[in-house]
Amino acid sequence: MLETLQQLLWSGDLIYATLRLTTPLLFAALGGLMCERAGVLNIGLEGMMLGGALTAYVVALRMGNPWLGILAALFVGAITGLLFAVVVVTFRANQIVSAVGMNILMLGLTGVALRAAVGLSIGQSPAPTIPIWEIPGLAGLPLIGPVLFAHLPFVYLVFVLAGAMAFIFYRTTWGLAIRAVGENPRAAETVGIDVIRVRYATVVWSGIFAAVGGAILSIGYLNTFQEGLTAGRGFIAFSAIIFGRYTPLGTLLASLLFGFTDALQLRIQAFGVQIPYQFLVVLPYIVTLLALFVAGRSKGPAASGLPYAPGEE
Amino acid sequence: MTTPPFLQIEEITKTFPGVVANDKVSFDVAAGEIHALLGENGAGKTTLVSTLYGLHRPDSGRIRLRGKEITLRSSRDAIALGIGMVHQHFMLVQPLTVAENIVLGMRSPREPLLSLGPASQEIERLSRTYGLEVDPAAQVWQLSVGMQQRVEIVKALYRGADLLILDEPTAVLTPQEIHELFNVLRRLKAEGHAVIFISHKLDEVMAISDRVTVLRDGRVVNTVATAGTDKAALARMMVGREVLFQFDKPPAQLGDAVLNVRDLCVMGNRRQMAVRDVSFDLRRGEILGVAGVDGNGQSELVEAIAGLRPAASGQISINGRALAAFQPSDLLDLNVAHIPQDRQRVGLVMDFSVSENLVARLFSLLPFARSGFLQWKAIRENADGRIKEFDIRAPNSEVKARSLSGGNQQKVILARELSRAPDLILASQPTRGLDVGATEFVEGRLLEQRARGAAIIYVSTELEEILSLSDRVMVLHRGEIMGMVRPGEVTEEEMGLMMAGEKRMTAQEKMEARQS
Amino acid sequence: MKSGLSKRLEGLRSIGLGQALSWTLPIWAVLIAFLVGSVIIAGAGANPIQAYAALFRGAVGNGGLVATTLVKSIPLMLAGLSVVLAYRASVFNIGGEGQIYMGALFAVWGGTLLHLPAGVHLPIVLALGMVGGFLWSAIPGYLKAARGFNEVIVTIFMNYIAVAIVSYLVHGPMRESGWNYQSRAVDESARLPIILPGTSLHLGLVVALAAAVLAHILLFHTTLGYRLRMVGFNAEAARYAGVKVTLITVLAMALSGALAGLAGAVEIAGVQFRLLEGFSPGWGFDAIAVALVGQLHPAGVLLAALFFGALRTGANSMQTAVGLPMVVVQVIQGLTVLFMMIGAAVQHYGLWRPARREK
Repeated sequence: MLETLQQLLWSGDLIYATLRLTTPLLFAALGGLMCERAGVLNIGLEGMMLGGALTAYVVALRMGNPWLGILAALFVGAITGLLFAVVVVTFRANQIVSAVGMNILMLGLTGVALRAAVGLSIGQSPAPTIPIWEIPGLAGLPLIGPVLFAHLPFVYLVFVLAGAMAFIFYRTTWGLAIRAVGENPRAAETVGIDVIRVRYATVVWSGIFAAVGGAILSIGYLNTFQEGLTAGRGFIAFSAIIFGRYTPLGTLLASLLFGFTDALQLRIQAFGVQIPYQFLVVLPYIVTLLALFVAGRSKGPAASGLPYAPGEE
Repeated sequence: MTTPPFLQIEEITKTFPGVVANDKVSFDVAAGEIHALLGENGAGKTTLVSTLYGLHRPDSGRIRLRGKEITLRSSRDAIALGIGMVHQHFMLVQPLTVAENIVLGMRSPREPLLSLGPASQEIERLSRTYGLEVDPAAQVWQLSVGMQQRVEIVKALYRGADLLILDEPTAVLTPQEIHELFNVLRRLKAEGHAVIFISHKLDEVMAISDRVTVLRDGRVVNTVATAGTDKAALARMMVGREVLFQFDKPPAQLGDAVLNVRDLCVMGNRRQMAVRDVSFDLRRGEILGVAGVDGNGQSELVEAIAGLRPAASGQISINGRALAAFQPSDLLDLNVAHIPQDRQRVGLVMDFSVSENLVARLFSLLPFARSGFLQWKAIRENADGRIKEFDIRAPNSEVKARSLSGGNQQKVILARELSRAPDLILASQPTRGLDVGATEFVEGRLLEQRARGAAIIYVSTELEEILSLSDRVMVLHRGEIMGMVRPGEVTEEEMGLMMAGEKRMTAQEKMEARQS
Repeated sequence: MKSGLSKRLEGLRSIGLGQALSWTLPIWAVLIAFLVGSVIIAGAGANPIQAYAALFRGAVGNGGLVATTLVKSIPLMLAGLSVVLAYRASVFNIGGEGQIYMGALFAVWGGTLLHLPAGVHLPIVLALGMVGGFLWSAIPGYLKAARGFNEVIVTIFMNYIAVAIVSYLVHGPMRESGWNYQSRAVDESARLPIILPGTSLHLGLVVALAAAVLAHILLFHTTLGYRLRMVGFNAEAARYAGVKVTLITVLAMALSGALAGLAGAVEIAGVQFRLLEGFSPGWGFDAIAVALVGQLHPAGVLLAALFFGALRTGANSMQTAVGLPMVVVQVIQGLTVLFMMIGAAVQHYGLWRPARREK
């Protein structure tokens, strides 16, 4: 028993899988973090991921090149973000309800588009996938090489991006403007910051980040797409921001925890432990709920979720 | 050849749906002048200066700066032209540092990287020049209100403001802080800055300004030299009729004690002790004023007595009943009325109709409900009665509270809270933001209740108002009682020192001052 | 300074909750959604006019189809009412799906384990369904009201968990031997009778209509409804007026869950009789569009549910006629929600204009 547990937990495979499964989550979470610091709640991450996943699959399949798939996903992510910004920033519609509408729409759209693009032969249409990139020199290291340095390029990229985001938030004038807009948009406006523009930019970026996260799922780890592929990862990403207390580093750590949970449940399944798979599959959701419970109140930016009208008194 | 005035405002008109906020407003300001803009709440002062700062576009009219006509599309334009503004509600981002707030929105010399070091040095230099001591590294939420105001002024100067607009800058300050602010303004004036000083307080306008422009109902009544006018004349211009500075108040007819508070401590929202060891008694027929600079524990004290905030320690008894962990729902039973400070966010449900709001506390009682079912007929009849009795200007009882004016919203709250002939009334800033007519109405109703035998706690930051209405005044500073005084036996000077925490009672005096 | 309470319960302001929205707004939202939908259908290679014609014929083309539409509207009516009840208290319950599963589960337990005379069994089974939904949604209600959780996130996760529980049960403990993954059927005495002979239309329609009437009375004619709406509009003012805000919030969510649970129970007792994996085609999510298009009013919900029920019925024929997948319905629903929200915001704030001044 103890031996099994040891095998389960102390293996390079588990760490490898944790990094792998954290990556799409963290992409979406970093995107969500950016617009949340500017005061826009984005529960639409789920739908945006889904859009990215489908686009990447269809384009990679049709063009025969996974990188074109990624490029297309970036584009579609930006468009989705832009549409969401129009709804919640320009029209000032309620951010939560609109995002839920957005998720329903994306679920339907991806379903329709999938059928239109590949018909019913989804199973027989594997798309080309993003290759693993072994970091020269490091991948050869004993023990840690294969675990840490033989991943998709996006795995390395996302950790770099998390660091970059911390730098942008706390060391640049853009980051200062984003933080000010999320805390007190009126004050930001009175010193000449264009609140609407900042919010548009961050929401569009969140769409792009989420779409990349989705694309990694479809043509990074799989070679296909299925309806509801993201399985709530967008919502977990949203929770990672809260659990991470709205900082890039915290979000990174929270995403790692949730990625680890997912890796663990897959590993337990693979081990054939006598737990019904249905309960293992929902483990990430349960851990996320527990994490939120343990974290207690995590205070978001003061203006989070509130629409803003320039020039209003 | 005469040089044109520094700033000329010519026939500015600004309307909002249904309201003319500014109607052909014209006046000018010279460099090195402190120009007061005087008017009641709602006279259009804030709209006017928001236009001057690029936050609104005027419907018509011109603004000239140094003789040249300017167009302001946003505050960015205003800042670029050397216009700085200190808003009534500070425009500071609380979790950011002073330096971050000051450079916010400006190009950094190392764009896009922040360069806070050199900025801090410049901030310190400005602080020294104008006597505005601020710590660039402090986070804004940790600073006192007076300190935050200094940050706002430095922020404007850092951007090279020649014209500084201050919107009701004294509302949140102690008399001593006001004194310091005036010194800063005089130094700015000496350096050649133009200052627009907005206020509705006559004393301050008389003390600091060179000239006064009086606004009423969005129009300019007149612009006069301060040296050639007096308070009474200004008051007449501001209100449009004679104003009584004192009103007749019969002597207090004190009855039994209604409220006893002993050693009360209450936590504030920031987990600090907001009320510390407060003890006092209050008797029927007495108005106890609670004076202090905004944010010194007044709200928390009232909320604790209203059951909205738990006491950390100490005791509250109402009508002889000692209360432990009681709820707002108990107020009905205890016959306590509460007129909350924030009428739109706390006192009313803005999307409920007037009739629904008028039963907000009573809806579950007869005749408004029977066995859990609402009795709409009784609710509407009640509303019609109250609307008549309190002269609430509403087309009918079914319009939303949102559609009423501020004064009428307050009347809805008064009608609901006072209709039950309460033993104790907690009135928190009940006249804030109201015009003179509505203020007189509220004060009149409270005096009626006093004559009827209610005990009243009256919280206000307006010293004049408190001194004219109260029988006794408690001064709070950081949640502690600094003094328990009687109007007429104390100077404003002394009150100011207490509000600033410079003068306090001895323990012996505290014991003696508890009782009326 | 915002107090913790209002921050915690803010959720749904600025949505046009209860404000006098124009009654034409839902019609515009649906029309524009169909218009945009036609572009998407054309993009998917089908003829939108043919598609919508097939949709219409498939929904109300003959008496039998009308009855099917009515049957499909029943869970939407109940789930839509469920969303309304919570929404009125400013809680956004998108956990309808999980609560429907729990209601169905409890109903199947009652229908298979209890053996009671007809006339007693059915009401008990329906009541058990309500209990299932009530308990399942009290959890997110508590987490929101007392711990400040975002209820959207919590209810989404609880949907996954509820579906997993039911999946586990029909694969294991509740699996009917010899059959595929499904439970035993409920007793005859626990089933809703057919009210229109020759069709599948069952008594559940009357249950849904009664629920709408009761929801209306609850919201607008009881003190509980007054408390609930007060909390929904302004939690701070409700607390000041002596309402126990946390309790009311939990209760609103739990009652909302009870209605969703009833939807699950009615579907079991009226149509499916046994529990299956993937038992609901997503009624819990459809309910959001139903509630919004129904303007958060019980009567409006009935009409909106009929509309979306017709959409679901018609989508079947559309699939066969022009080869469009059923998920087109989701596209239309998602668009409708977005246009409703835009419409409500425009009515509330005005278009391209600074917001109304609220000082």
